Amino acid sequence: MKVQSSKFKVQSRIGQTFKRLKDNGERALITFITAGDPDLKTSKDIIFELEKSGADIIELGIPFSDPMADGPTIQAASERALKKGATLSHVLELVRDVRKKSQIPMVLFGYYNPIFAYCVEKFANDAKQAGADGVLVVDLPPEEASELKTHTDKNGLDLIFLLTPTSDDNRMRLVAENASGFIYYVSVAGITGARKGLSGTIQKSVNKVRQFTSLPVSVGFGISTQEQARKVSTWADGVVVGSAIINVIEKNHGSPDLVKKVGEFVSQIKKEMSL
Amino acid sequence: MKGQGSRVKGQRLENLPDKTGHFGIYGGRYISETLMPVVLELEKAYLKFKSDKNFKKELDYYLKEYVGRPTPLYFAERLTKKARGAKIYLKREDLNHTGAHKINNTMGQILLAKRMGKTRIIAETGAGQHGVATATVAAMFGLPCEIYMGTEDIERQKPNVFRMKLLGAKVNPVSSGSCTLKDAMNEAIRDWTTNVWNTFYIIGSVAGPHPYPMMVRDFQSVIGKEAREQIKNIEGRLPHYLVACVGGGSNAMGLFHPFIKDKGVKMIGIEAAGYGIKTGKHAASICAGKVGVLHGSKTYLLQDSDGQIIHTHSVSAGLDYPGVGPEHSYLHDTGKIEYTAITDKEALNAFKALSLLEGIIPALESSHAVAYAMKLAAKLGKDKIIIVNLSGRGDKDLNTAAKEMGVEI
Repeated sequence: MKVQSSKFKVQSRIGQTFKRLKDNGERALITFITAGDPDLKTSKDIIFELEKSGADIIELGIPFSDPMADGPTIQAASERALKKGATLSHVLELVRDVRKKSQIPMVLFGYYNPIFAYCVEKFANDAKQAGADGVLVVDLPPEEASELKTHTDKNGLDLIFLLTPTSDDNRMRLVAENASGFIYYVSVAGITGARKGLSGTIQKSVNKVRQFTSLPVSVGFGISTQEQARKVSTWADGVVVGSAIINVIEKNHGSPDLVKKVGEFVSQIKKEMSL
Repeated sequence: MKGQGSRVKGQRLENLPDKTGHFGIYGGRYISETLMPVVLELEKAYLKFKSDKNFKKELDYYLKEYVGRPTPLYFAERLTKKARGAKIYLKREDLNHTGAHKINNTMGQILLAKRMGKTRIIAETGAGQHGVATATVAAMFGLPCEIYMGTEDIERQKPNVFRMKLLGAKVNPVSSGSCTLKDAMNEAIRDWTTNVWNTFYIIGSVAGPHPYPMMVRDFQSVIGKEAREQIKNIEGRLPHYLVACVGGGSNAMGLFHPFIKDKGVKMIGIEAAGYGIKTGKHAASICAGKVGVLHGSKTYLLQDSDGQIIHTHSVSAGLDYPGVGPEHSYLHDTGKIEYTAITDKEALNAFKALSLLEGIIPALESSHAVAYAMKLAAKLGKDKIIIVNLSGRGDKDLNTAAKEMGVEI
C-alpha cells in the first residue's frame, strides 16, 4: 500500500534534513515567509536569521495577486511584496543569494499562474540553478501537475503536495504516488492563518497519511503558538509556521528590530519543540 | 487549428469537456487539495441527476412556473429598421424572474445542492444579478445564503444589494484587490474551502473548476434550445448569427451551445472594451489576454508579464472580470466562435437606442451585444437573421447610466 518515492532515495537536501533530524530524535521546524515582504533585502536577512534561530526548512512564498488559499495575513504580505515590485525572477534571485552562504533547504511556495507565465520548464531549470530544493503549488492538484512534475523531476526538485481533512483514501494514494520531499498535511479545512485551537483529529490523520507513504509528514495551517507547535511535533515529522511569523513581520514593519524580533519568535518555538 | 466544423481534432465540440474536465488545453481543476474531493463529489452528483427524470421534471416545473420560461424570442422591428439590414431578434432573458438569465443556473444548482444534502449557500456576484438570483432561490427553498461582492460593485449596484438583503441573504463586502467580481470570487472560494462540509458554492458563470463550466453551460442551454425552436417556428429556418456578451460567458454559452452543430450559424461573443482596448482599461480577456490559470481553470486572462492578474474596467459590472469561461477560450482557438469587443460608449449608445426604439431598457452587459448586433445588421442583407441574447434588464444600471449621461436622479 505504501508508495516508495524514488526521490526519497536520492536524498535531496530536504530528505537529508528530515533524516538528520530523525536520527537526532528531532522534528523539522519549517518556516514560511513571503518573498519580498517587506522587501527583498530584508527577506534575505530574515532567512539567515530564521536559520540561526532554529528553522530547518524555509518555505518561500511567491507573491500572487489572487491568493485564494490564504487568509488575510498572507494576503497582506503578498500585497506588500507586489507593491514593492517583487516578481518570480526576484524570488529566484533571492534564493540564489541565500544559497551562496547557506545550505538550508528552500521550498518555493505559490500559485500556478506566475509559474505558468514564467514558463514551467524555465521555472524548474532556474529554480534548480538558483539552489531551490522543492516546489509546492497550492492550486495544482496531482491531476493538473504533470507538466510541472516532468520538469521538477528532471531537475531533481522535490514536488510537495498537500493532504487535508477532506482527503479520502483515493486522494491520499494519488498524492503519495506523486509527492516527493515530504507530505504537507493541512491541519484544518480552510485557508492559512493563525487559529486559537488545534483540530482534534491531527494525530489520527497524520497516522492515516503514513499508511500511504514513507515520506516525512509535516503539518501546517493555523499553527501559531509554541504550545501548538510542541503538540504537533509529537505527532508529525515537521511543523510549518507561517502566518504567525508574518504577523511579527507586519507588526515590526519599518522597525530596525524587525529581523531580530522574527528570530526571537522562531527560537522560542524551536526551543519548545525541542523540550 | 482553425475550422468552422463541429469536429476539431476528432473531438466533437458538443461533447466537451473530456472526462477530466478539459476543453483542449483549457479548463481543468486548478484548486487546492481541500476542494478536490468536493468538486469530485459534485461532478458525480451532477452527472447522476443530469439524467434523472425527477430532477429534470422538478427543474422544468420551476423554470416554467417560477422563472416564467419559455422567454419570448422577440422580433425587434424598429431596431431592425434603424440598422437597415438583417432582422434582429431578441431572446428576452430580461423577462425571467429577477430580470436576467442568471436564475436558469441558480435554480439548477440549488436543486442539486438540496439533493446533495448541503445546508448553506454561498455565491459571488459582480453586477448583483447572480447574487439576486442566488438569494432568490435560497429564499424560496429556505436555505441560508451569503453573497460576496466587491465594494466597488456594491457602490455601483446599490439596488441589487438591497434586493439581496430583502431576500434574506447576507451580503459580505470584499475590499481586497480591485474590489470587484474577481475579488468576490477569491473570497467565496476561501469561504467554500473553510466551510467545505455543509456549503454549496453556486458559481454564476461558466468559470471555476470542473464541473462548473460544463454544469452552468448545461443549465443555461435552455436559452439556446428555446431560441432554436422559436426561430424555426417563426422564420422556418435557423439564424445566420448569434450575438451575446461575454464576461465569464454564461449567457453566451447558454445561447451558443445548442447551435454548435449547426454549420451555417455564426456565433459572436462580445467582450467589454471599456475605454478601448488600446487604453489598457478594458475587460476583454480573449481579445487582449494571455493563457493562464485563475479560479480553478486554465483560460485566457488579463495579466501582466509576471502572471499577476491586472485590474479590469468596464462600465458594466457583470463584464468587469479578468478571465473568461474555459470553453470560450477553446472555441476561440478552434475558430468556431468569433470574439470581439464593444466600448463603454458604444454600449451606452445601444442602451439608449433600445430603450427609445423598442421600449426595452437592457442591462449594460446586454447592451454590448445589442451594440454589436446593430453594427453587424447594417452590414448584412435584409434576408439575414441575427439573434441577440438580451441577457438582462437595465433597471439595476439606472444610476450608472444616469451618471455616465450626466443626469442627476
